[in-house]
Amino acid sequence: MSFINYASREINVKLVYYGPGLCGKTTNLQYIYEKTNPNAKGKLISLATETDRTLFFDFLPLDLGTVRGFKTRFHLYTVPGQVFYDASRKLILKGVDGVIFVADSQEARGDANLEAIENLKSNLVDHGFDLNTIPYVLQLNKRDLPTAIPLEEMLRSLRIKNEPYYEAVAVKGIGVFDTLKACAKQVLLELSRK
Amino acid sequence: MGASDLIMYEEEFQKIKEIISKLKVDANATVVFLVDKNGQQIAATGDIERLDTTSLASLTAGNVAATDGLAKLIGEKEFSVLFHEGEKDNIHISIVGGKVILVVIFDERSSLGLVRLRVKRCSDELNKVFQQIMDKTERERASGESFFQSPFAEITDEDIDALFNE
Repeated sequence: MSFINYASREINVKLVYYGPGLCGKTTNLQYIYEKTNPNAKGKLISLATETDRTLFFDFLPLDLGTVRGFKTRFHLYTVPGQVFYDASRKLILKGVDGVIFVADSQEARGDANLEAIENLKSNLVDHGFDLNTIPYVLQLNKRDLPTAIPLEEMLRSLRIKNEPYYEAVAVKGIGVFDTLKACAKQVLLELSRK
Repeated sequence: MGASDLIMYEEEFQKIKEIISKLKVDANATVVFLVDKNGQQIAATGDIERLDTTSLASLTAGNVAATDGLAKLIGEKEFSVLFHEGEKDNIHISIVGGKVILVVIFDERSSLGLVRLRVKRCSDELNKVFQQIMDKTERERASGESFFQSPFAEITDEDIDALFNE
């Protein structure tokens, strides 16, 4: 649910990073935070456990400048990836405008990726959204690891609707901004169709 | 997306600002702000320079969402008021019209009783304004016409690329 304020000429958009535990959702946000001009970003908030596992969400507000005289503000959220935090995960999807699915390329996480996509689908339905129609981008993270599943195989199992995909190494920043940009683009185009 | 989008128009925005400014004075509060349930700030008044209102908005919404979840677990519809007491500052959070979150921050110059009393009256006024906004949006959708041209109607790839190149 985007929020368009005609009085202050602002538009706020909510993007959510989804994916299995330890796939690199928070790392994406941290990289974006580090590389963004201080004037364009707010504080990065992480509600995490003592061992740096996301407990509730991470939040990063970004001011990306103006489109047609409207200040464009993106609110980036991550969800906790661990399976048992499903109740919290569902809450974060409330009012989402676009979803970025971060998949873990390691062979051992193949099933976890599939499980997380199924979980995303059903949690979206609970909020009245449909994964087939919502702006959506797939990021294949950790491509640099020796145990990474071949690209074709990952796409075959994870790609659901011909969505744009990006190979990434989030700790090094590879593919991070491309992914964000692709999702932002879909959301803005979706707004233009209204 | 679509049907549930919140669109704020100048007229209602001014009304909302007046209502919360009055609440700030009446309740002797330091800050009053309104957030939608998705964590986006709608309006704020008071001593907000020293505050990170964007973060405050998203955390408030997270807090309300988590509390809503708790309520449902025990069979309640919602907990309509949340109160956090600090050493100096306190936060009073209430839900207006089931949709918007009203946050009042106050210190020892006010009291929980006063804040509760004033918030109650103010909620009714805010509720009316939000109803008005929803009716307006509804009418607009029904008529198929827009009071305003969508600012994104003619957005181009270049516009979007430009956002990321700055």
